[in-house]
Amino acid sequence: MNKLKRLFSYMGPYKKDFYFAILLVAIETCFELIIPTLMADLIDLGVAKGDTKYMFIKGAQMALCALLALITGLTYARFAARAAYGWGALIRKAEYERVQQYSFSNIDKFETSSLVTRMTSDVTVMQNAINGGLRPITRAPIMFILGIIFSFTMNSYLAIIFMVMAPLLGIILFLIVRKVAPMYTVLQKTVDSLNGVVEENIRAIRTVKAFIREEYEEEKFESVNSSLRETGIKTNSTAVMNLPFFQAGMYTCIILIMLIGGKMIISGHMEIGTLTGFLSYVMQVMNSMMMLSNVFLLLTRSLASATRISEVLDERPSLVEKENPIEKVENSTIEFNHVSFKYSASAKEETIKDISLKIAEGETIGILGGTGSGKSTLVQLIERLYDADEGEVLLGGINVKEYSLKTLRDAIGIVLQKNLLFSGSIRENLLWGDKRASDEEIWQSCEKAGAAEFLRRFPNGLDTDLGQGGVNVSGGQKQRLCIARTLLKHPRILIFDDSTSAVDTATEKEIRSHLASLKGITKIYIAQRISTVMSADRIVILDDGRIVDSGTHQELLGRCRIYQEIYESQLKGGNL
Amino acid sequence: MARVVSAKRPKNMAYTVKRLLSYMGRHKFSLLSVAILVTISVLCNLLGTYMIRPVINTIAAGEGMDGLIRGVMVTAVIYVIGVLAAIGYTQIMARSAQKVVYDIRKDLFNHMQSLPLNFFDSRQSGDIMSYYTNDVDTISDALNNSFAAVVKNGIQILGTMSMLLILNWKLSIIVAISYTAMISYVRYSAHRSKSYYKKQQNSLGILDGYIQEMVAGQKVIKVFNHENENMMGFNERNEELQRVGTAAQAYASTMIPAVVSISFLTYAIVSLAGGFMVLKGLSDIGSLASYLVFVRQSAAPINQFTQQSNFLLSSLAGAERLFELIDRESETDEGKVSLIKTSETKWDWKRSDGSLVPLNGDVRFNNVTFSYEENHPVLQNLSLYAKPGQKIAFVGSTGAGKTTITNLINRFYDVDKGEILYDGINVKDIRKKDLRHSLAMVLQDTHLFTASIRDNIRYGRLDASDEDIEKAARIANADSFIRRLPNGYDTMVVSDGANLSSGQRQLIAIARAAVADPPVLILDEATSNIDTRTEDLIEKGMDGLMEGRTVFVIAHRLSTVRNANAIMVLEGGKIVERGTHDELIAQKGRYYKLYMGMFELS
Repeated sequence: MNKLKRLFSYMGPYKKDFYFAILLVAIETCFELIIPTLMADLIDLGVAKGDTKYMFIKGAQMALCALLALITGLTYARFAARAAYGWGALIRKAEYERVQQYSFSNIDKFETSSLVTRMTSDVTVMQNAINGGLRPITRAPIMFILGIIFSFTMNSYLAIIFMVMAPLLGIILFLIVRKVAPMYTVLQKTVDSLNGVVEENIRAIRTVKAFIREEYEEEKFESVNSSLRETGIKTNSTAVMNLPFFQAGMYTCIILIMLIGGKMIISGHMEIGTLTGFLSYVMQVMNSMMMLSNVFLLLTRSLASATRISEVLDERPSLVEKENPIEKVENSTIEFNHVSFKYSASAKEETIKDISLKIAEGETIGILGGTGSGKSTLVQLIERLYDADEGEVLLGGINVKEYSLKTLRDAIGIVLQKNLLFSGSIRENLLWGDKRASDEEIWQSCEKAGAAEFLRRFPNGLDTDLGQGGVNVSGGQKQRLCIARTLLKHPRILIFDDSTSAVDTATEKEIRSHLASLKGITKIYIAQRISTVMSADRIVILDDGRIVDSGTHQELLGRCRIYQEIYESQLKGGNL
Repeated sequence: MARVVSAKRPKNMAYTVKRLLSYMGRHKFSLLSVAILVTISVLCNLLGTYMIRPVINTIAAGEGMDGLIRGVMVTAVIYVIGVLAAIGYTQIMARSAQKVVYDIRKDLFNHMQSLPLNFFDSRQSGDIMSYYTNDVDTISDALNNSFAAVVKNGIQILGTMSMLLILNWKLSIIVAISYTAMISYVRYSAHRSKSYYKKQQNSLGILDGYIQEMVAGQKVIKVFNHENENMMGFNERNEELQRVGTAAQAYASTMIPAVVSISFLTYAIVSLAGGFMVLKGLSDIGSLASYLVFVRQSAAPINQFTQQSNFLLSSLAGAERLFELIDRESETDEGKVSLIKTSETKWDWKRSDGSLVPLNGDVRFNNVTFSYEENHPVLQNLSLYAKPGQKIAFVGSTGAGKTTITNLINRFYDVDKGEILYDGINVKDIRKKDLRHSLAMVLQDTHLFTASIRDNIRYGRLDASDEDIEKAARIANADSFIRRLPNGYDTMVVSDGANLSSGQRQLIAIARAAVADPPVLILDEATSNIDTRTEDLIEKGMDGLMEGRTVFVIAHRLSTVRNANAIMVLEGGKIVERGTHDELIAQKGRYYKLYMGMFELS
């Protein structure tokens, strides 16, 4: 329940609406309790005495109460909805903000699909709990307290019966909740795995159809689906035991009261009228307890969601900015000083092993190496997509951790290997580089990135819609758009992580010559193709996380075995 | 991307309810028992409460302890039956609800898989997921909570109403009018809030899609310091959902207080009218008092009834979205020709008249025109042929239509004009299942499933033995790297093969095609991110796979193109050059330029 309390603190500005909603329900409940007494007056004092005037007054009062209850009820609806949905939106926002602060090692912990459900359906569950729970949870205690007060004033001896029964029911409720709560967690996990199967199917639908594996997938889905059904049955059949238990409790009370009350009447200790009145209160109290128990179950259900939301909010971003960070990059020399890194503490081997490398301002560096040699990892350490475990990465002679992340990342433009364009127009995507860029500047960057040529052919030019993940452009076009986007940043250091692999060699050459004209900017090319790095000032060969050699194309061709091998095979493949 | 929001049909509500009921109908017996047990439970409750009166009367009549105990015993028995009935219906309901939802999920998934590819092309995966995560969930909740409650309250309402009529039919006319008003209000309100709820579910879908895209693109967001802009994009959608959601809920929540107030008003009017009837001598005060108690009692189930229908409503909106999907047309398959195995290595096409055509792998396109969107033809009047055992390579810039050609052969999409003949049979006449069975595809983006590497390869042919799989892996040149993995063939692939390099993933895809062992093969070479050594492996793997088959290959490597029997150079949906490597080089045309690296091969 602590988690609920904690999430409740996100109510923020909607707290007012929330309390107001509670107040309104309380008032409404009071009107509801007043109306029967007005009715009693109308009959006992009005009709019985034939006082029509009095009857009209009471009738009008009842109508007034009904009207007031309507007004409070309608206003309640507004406030409760505002509180619940406002709250939900704020929780989602808090989660999203937190995810934005995550480092990649944080994100790696959760899966994308799980993060999405934690921000959507889990929040919906919480919202519904508030929305559906608020009314009964407010009304029940009022009914309960008033019921107890009335019954005690009527007959304190009889009242003891359900003073015993009430805590007993409390214990039963507690036991059910305790049994069901962990079941809901299991249920949620089963739901997750079902979603996993569906998601995989959607992603790989072409493969499924190409291999006519619909039936096989059906079976796979069938197994998670039926396990969800079984878990659902187990969980819900336990949860619904709540109702018969409470009914049994209420019935026991009634029977005991009938029995003991009856005895008291026979022995002349009580009036018949008192017993009937008393019983009606007992029912009211028990009904309110039953409502309350339903709300508790609703809350238990939401507890699993609350936990999952809290996990997102509690995850500590493993990459933090220093206090009073440096806001300006004076000098763009890069230096790796005995840097080692591995992706997770449990990984057997380090991805980067004791690398030392210095890159001067304005230098052009090529990095070459096989898959898994650590090329991409190395450059991602410069702008702190990950932090080095050992050693230090320096920018302008200062450890990168001293800079603010914004300054650091503004200074460096990296075109990632697994690059993405987002749904929206090409223009919208390019503006990521510089949101104030004019069309002229955009076209300039596209010209340099070799993208202008095909953009001009698109009927809608910059306004072409890309679709999710940039499905409407080819691999090579996408890569060039990503380069243009990065160029718009006007960074001091440009890093290309195998970002022209799908671009033809001629266009690539052209792009490179455009980039070469950007004087004073440090350029790092990571590539598989020798043609990409051939003209660099220096080529660094990585193998298995270590620097094997570095030098110019000619030097390496003369002395480096790995370089020679790659050169030979690419010459043969016609890829040069 | 345009989201598809269907136009509102007025009969939707009734239609959705009908569909939902048909699902529940599959568990007729269970639901009938629920209804019966609920009725018993309600009756026991009413009867037990009613027993208070005779019990008290016996005391008043001076029958003493014996009478009291007898009365109490009867009440106790009634109550015990009531509790047992309650246990019964809650348990049965808990089970049936899960079964109904299970059926719905099953149909949803199975039907989703059968939809044509353009359904998946035009939607974000988060959007499709939302059917499972949000819409099915609301139905499940509603069934769990609301079905029994609606039955229960319905019976209570009926019971009380008949009591009212019996007690005083004149006053009951007032009550009837008032309740008619109440019910029409509820119906009107329900109708309106359903459209609100639908909007809400749609907003939720949009937000889901956005979150999914952004979580997947975190790295890009970070390198562009784009967190703030992103936050704004998120806020916009989040606030939209909040706005729509608040409106929906605010509207829906007015239903309960409105109903409560109407019932109070009725109460006041009936009290007054009843009072005057008493004054006029048309009724006595005692009957009025008890009549009013019943009027008051009748309000509670109506109140409950509306509350529960509230839940049901939001689930109806979800159900409507689901049924829209389930009602979508599946991929069409009017094919009659089937594929049969006539000997260990030989396959035949079997026409509907029983005649057999040997499966050779002869593929011809005759004047094929195709467009994904109207008026944007991707292929125009295209003709080509591939003889059995030939290797046909397609080269050309992006958008030239290379992938489209291969997508038409296996009928991922259907041609607009012209025809595709496979061993002389129009592919439209071949059963889709059999057509695809005769082809294997290695797609450019390899998707692996959460399973062992062995099972991922087995995806090509489910009855393949472990030996077949290893043999296929050897053909694909994937065997050696798989053996070097920590658990060899049993290494688990996690999150779409994140633990494998893209080159390794493609090798597995090739092995998958090899194990399927089809006469026709379609290869879409991966373009990038493969180091030279792996690339060598893939090349050899593909060569091994291509032997003795008709192969269509979308080539990105000149080495692949060079040894093709025929190279088709595509431009703007037309074949601009065709011939062997040497012929085309001699022509010094488009291919020559491509080969010399003047255009990109992607």
